Amino acid sequence: MDVSFLLIILLVGAIATFLSGDKWASKIALLFSLAAFGVSVYLLNLYNAGQNINLIKQWVTIPKIYIALGADGLTMAMVLLTTALTPLIIFSSFGNSYAKSKNFYALILFMVFAMVGTFLSADGFLYYIFWELSLIPIYFIALIWGNGNPQSRKKAVVKFFIYTFAGSLFMLVSFIYLYQITGSFLLSDLIRAQLSTQEQFWIFLGFFLAYAIKIPLIPFHTWQAKVYQKAPAVGTMLLSGIMLKMALYSIIRWQLPLAPLAAKEYLYYFVGLSVAGVIYGSIVALKQKDIKKLLAYSSLAHVGLIAAGCYTMTLDGLRGATLQMIAHGFGVVGLFFAAEIISRRYTTGKISEMGGIRIQSPKFTSMFMILVLASVALPGTFNFVGEFELLYSLAQKSVTICIIGGTTIILGAFYMLRMFQKVMLGEKNEKFFADVNFNEGLVMVIIIGVLLFFGLYPKPIIDLITPSLEEAIKVINRI
Amino acid sequence: MYTLIAIAVLGVLCLLAEIFNVRKAIVPVTIIGLLAILGLTATGLNDSADSYNNMIVSDNFSTPFSCLFILLTVFLIALTPSFHQKEVHKISDFVSIKLFLLTGAVAMVAFGNLAMFFLGIEILSISLYVLAASNRLSLKSNEAGMKYFLMGAFASGFILFGIALIYGAIGSFDMAVIQEAGTSADVEDWFYIGAILLSIGMLFKIAAAPFHFWAPDVYEGSPALTTALMSTLAKVVAMAAFFKLVSAMNVNLPDSSQTALMVISILSMTIGNIMALKQNNVKRMLAFSGISHAGFMLMTLLAVSTSAGILLYYASAYALAGIAAFSVLLYVTKDKDNEDIFNFNGLGKTNPLLAAILTGALLSMAGIPIFSGFFAKVFLFGQMLNAGHIILVIVAVVNSIISVGYYFKLILAMYTKEATEAAKPVPFVYTAVATVAIVLNIAIGLYPSFLLDLLV
Repeated sequence: MDVSFLLIILLVGAIATFLSGDKWASKIALLFSLAAFGVSVYLLNLYNAGQNINLIKQWVTIPKIYIALGADGLTMAMVLLTTALTPLIIFSSFGNSYAKSKNFYALILFMVFAMVGTFLSADGFLYYIFWELSLIPIYFIALIWGNGNPQSRKKAVVKFFIYTFAGSLFMLVSFIYLYQITGSFLLSDLIRAQLSTQEQFWIFLGFFLAYAIKIPLIPFHTWQAKVYQKAPAVGTMLLSGIMLKMALYSIIRWQLPLAPLAAKEYLYYFVGLSVAGVIYGSIVALKQKDIKKLLAYSSLAHVGLIAAGCYTMTLDGLRGATLQMIAHGFGVVGLFFAAEIISRRYTTGKISEMGGIRIQSPKFTSMFMILVLASVALPGTFNFVGEFELLYSLAQKSVTICIIGGTTIILGAFYMLRMFQKVMLGEKNEKFFADVNFNEGLVMVIIIGVLLFFGLYPKPIIDLITPSLEEAIKVINRI
Repeated sequence: MYTLIAIAVLGVLCLLAEIFNVRKAIVPVTIIGLLAILGLTATGLNDSADSYNNMIVSDNFSTPFSCLFILLTVFLIALTPSFHQKEVHKISDFVSIKLFLLTGAVAMVAFGNLAMFFLGIEILSISLYVLAASNRLSLKSNEAGMKYFLMGAFASGFILFGIALIYGAIGSFDMAVIQEAGTSADVEDWFYIGAILLSIGMLFKIAAAPFHFWAPDVYEGSPALTTALMSTLAKVVAMAAFFKLVSAMNVNLPDSSQTALMVISILSMTIGNIMALKQNNVKRMLAFSGISHAGFMLMTLLAVSTSAGILLYYASAYALAGIAAFSVLLYVTKDKDNEDIFNFNGLGKTNPLLAAILTGALLSMAGIPIFSGFFAKVFLFGQMLNAGHIILVIVAVVNSIISVGYYFKLILAMYTKEATEAAKPVPFVYTAVATVAIVLNIAIGLYPSFLLDLLV
């Protein structure tokens, strides 16, 4: 069995969901997403046992394009993150009812299919196709099932699409340029291209546009907050939990190995830009009045730090980035789900209209509290492991940058706890707030369980990713 | 060769059928006949032959393109009866004119002699003038026909003058002689003037900027099915013919012609896209989008020796997406006197299948995977980078981004606006043609080698 099986399951799942009709769609989708998770765990076992799970087949003769799918430890970690989050995300949506749910759930599975494909691709062209393909479902999910005023939603979503599409096209040009030199799109061939620093710089920049928009880094972040706010909760979770990880993963997998000289030459610019995002995101988050927007900006700050870690190109940086990607993936999905639970009951996103929830819902309060603490990297949570290693890697490059980056924890604690205080504490709210039901509780408990378990025992993940990251470092330092 | 004769015979049969009062059989028989011709033509893919003193040459350039034209005509003829429901008595005219048009089209890629080429372009153009004005009682349609005829006649004049000058310089109409003449000795200055005039005429037919002014008005005024024909079949035919002409004259042309082509290509892309952004009429929008696609296709002329396959691929991707989009447009604007964008409001709810197909077609034109429009653009950009035209590629990329703006305007209207009217029944052929076209579009996207390797 090779990795293509996972893709086939997800694609078949999307089609089956579409055909199953509105009544059964959500269940079928959940079933297939669980199956995909099972398959990826099985693939992990095969990988650990040292079996070959890669696939390579010629697709187009001129130009030479392969269907090349491959997985190493890093890829497996990302695939597992995706397939583990998907059932949670789908299950979390059971509390909402969506019109035309068969289309909705089919699009979710299709998007997951594209994202898993992005992680697995070892051929630049195939990678690009999956990368773009993941954009179409989220466009429709946010556009059709989003909330708020349709006019402003439309604007936000179209802006998002054009931004990301524009960025990706420049990545495509970089790929084609590399193809002209090497005559193949395979990653293993592309890294053999002999390029001058000047050429590498432009290629690096092409990739950077695509990734900086998707992550997003400042100044390319302007689409983010609105889309996170307007998209349905599921869409926001998919975007923030998985999709932006595609870009961070791609930095490690594609950008740095393909243009290492440029990355080294301009290291401080890109690290600096990423860290600037940390500060900017945190400060803007302080000012937010809408809970989803606040979470969006807090996410902007966290991923800025991850990107900074990637661009340091040290083993600690890459490892911290990978760990933090996983931690952030679970954490942010949990936080957005908490926001969704509140908005299900209060049908508002404004922080000022909340407050006094704690007295009515002790269970929800404690779960939310743990998630908030995890997001500010409290020791003992998974986020702490990642964040610590990221800051350590920054310190290896420059202590100043590390200190600036470290403010993310302080500022994060400030705005997150203040948000928690305003939303949950205070006098009892007149509006009734039911405590979490079983379904909602289950999702939260699983997420919290993952964050705490790996916070205390991160070794399995570290063991999985470290060899591949060492390999990546070796490739980056080849010249 | 036999393709040409068979199509012409089919056209005559069509007219006879009307006389013998077997009107019902016309469309099915024509489609079956065309499919048979398509099959026969496709079997000769790898042969090359010339007939009538090198008047007609069928080689591995003309045959694949002929196949594409026949396929597009099948789609267009299939759409005819439903579109002209109220004029059943004229069905034989509409079908046979399309068949004669196809004859011209095939002649335009299979010519071995400039005289034959001119015959082809005139047959094609005259059929188009008739079709543009075929809605006899509509002022707009008459205006479109008249405008197209006047401008087209001018362009034909340019082409004829150009051919005459080329003859004056070289002393032959034969393409092989013309090609050879450039390599052996110096050519007279007449040749260059002739080539320029010929190019201007062809650029007019393609509707590339700055020779595009007729296109939006004519597209808007003509009956929708004719617009579909003009923006898919006619454009692709003219493009292929121009490609063949340039590749024959290429050795003779100075480098500055490359610069000129590059400028025209950039102008077409940019003007087409920017004007399309402002349009509210969908036909006009597609006309401008066609102008920008002409700009993309013109890029292939900068590397004629290697990019015939890419032109075929781009043309197929563009034309199939166009056919799918226009089938949906025919349904939406049925019984309407305008084609404004608000007619598409809420199509996602009233007719999800057609909305999805139109979305697919627009995504293909915008160049988003897995639709073949994406592959076409990638292969084209790759070829251009290979030839060293990096600035052109960047302009093209920027234009692709702009084009998303107006394609998505339509998608947004379909999915986010409320429907203004209840769903109306869809003629079966509209759905069928749209579905087949978009499926073919995706299929050549998944197996690009199938087309690309034909012309190598």
